[in-house]
Amino acid sequence: MITKRIIPCLDVRDGRVVKGVNFKDLADVDSPVALASYYSDAGADELVFYDITASAEGRRIFTDILAEAARRVFIPLTVGGGVSTLSDFERVLRCGADKVSVNSGAIKDPSLIGEAAKRYGDQCVVISADVKRVNGQFRVFARGGRDDTGLEAVEWIKRCVGNGAGEVVLNSMDTDGVRGGFDLEMLRAVCEAVSVPVIASGGAGSVEDFVTLFREVPGVDAGLAASVFHFGQIKIGDLKAALAAEGIPVRIWERNDG
Amino acid sequence: MVTIIDYGVGNLFSLESSFAFIGEDATVTSDPDAVRSAERLILPGVGAFGDAARKLRSSGMLKAVLDAAKSKIPLLGICLGMQLLFEKSYEYGEHEGLGLIRGSVRPMKGYIPNTEKIPQIGWNSLSLTERGRKCPIFEDVKNGDFVYFVHSFYGAGCESALTASVDCRGVPVTAAVWGEGPVFGTQFHPEKSGDVGLRILKSFSKVPKGGTAL
Repeated sequence: MITKRIIPCLDVRDGRVVKGVNFKDLADVDSPVALASYYSDAGADELVFYDITASAEGRRIFTDILAEAARRVFIPLTVGGGVSTLSDFERVLRCGADKVSVNSGAIKDPSLIGEAAKRYGDQCVVISADVKRVNGQFRVFARGGRDDTGLEAVEWIKRCVGNGAGEVVLNSMDTDGVRGGFDLEMLRAVCEAVSVPVIASGGAGSVEDFVTLFREVPGVDAGLAASVFHFGQIKIGDLKAALAAEGIPVRIWERNDG
Repeated sequence: MVTIIDYGVGNLFSLESSFAFIGEDATVTSDPDAVRSAERLILPGVGAFGDAARKLRSSGMLKAVLDAAKSKIPLLGICLGMQLLFEKSYEYGEHEGLGLIRGSVRPMKGYIPNTEKIPQIGWNSLSLTERGRKCPIFEDVKNGDFVYFVHSFYGAGCESALTASVDCRGVPVTAAVWGEGPVFGTQFHPEKSGDVGLRILKSFSKVPKGGTAL
């Protein structure tokens, strides 16, 4: 069986990981390259590098860091943040990204997904949506959750998948940062609407939250989180062992380090 | 020395990086003659079969790869590169492949249960066939090892070459093949499959010209 994926997300600004990191066995705590390598060794199935830089200089540093990570980490790398043109795709793909996630860029230019999928393949294009309930409706927000676009989320995601997005990251702003569990209701609605893989984001606070996620919404393919991993509240090895014990298929392997 | 074939399809950064990481020399070429004189060849590829086959032909690489295979230069096709080794593909129409592996490439839609996602994206565990257990590129691979897949089409009718499959809710899906001579293919991405993938690339870098006898 294709296993459920566990994906740590690294928010990077000016070349450093933003959310504080606290590993006693990791010296350079905010180095994206060191952290990526650490997670890969710990059993992460994939990594997301999210560029939250605003300046051109920061963007250049970001791609350098990405290339450095891709030279040392041999699991899939998804890059997001600041992707609004085909040349942004080119810029990060050339530096070792496998998939590129678009969010506000797709809202500003609805043809971006279709053109990127045509050029790089559906498997390369990820639609990432920040979604929040407004008047009983799932609403898409742009610019890092600042602007209500008025778009209904399930319809929007369906449209993006129809245009060629090969994967969906659904970030619930209602559960994000609360650490009270993933947004099962919102995830169910999206999983019922699309047939491509769906990655759940927002709300992970404990190992049990991941168990509940995969058990309650079988259509979800992966769980993404940032600070619970960075702060060491959830160890990926423990998480995978717990999922396996619950009969949820995950990648577990014997470390080949003698 | 491993030569990675550049025919304008896909991203070669990770492949190059993975060989550098395991300490094997790798070079990227778009020159058909460099392919004919290579020690070992990697045929990469992502995207659509028809488009890739066209680029392979128009760049002169199709002929060069066939010549290289004839002179028993070890060849590893990865992902779409594996599919191109097959006789034909039914991905949006009907397209001719290299014909180095008997079989055809068919859509997973209608083959795997309709509850399953397409594209299949993620890690799955290998079931090695008897041939797979003897396959030189799987020298350091165990049954059950996990590797990373991204695909919507699969290799069919290739039983005689099959070295590994993965399970998709009870349905076996081709994961790797080994044709006649040193012609290998993996549907998965060894350059994205962590330690297991790096071991496969390392083993491939040791396959001698002419290959090893089964």
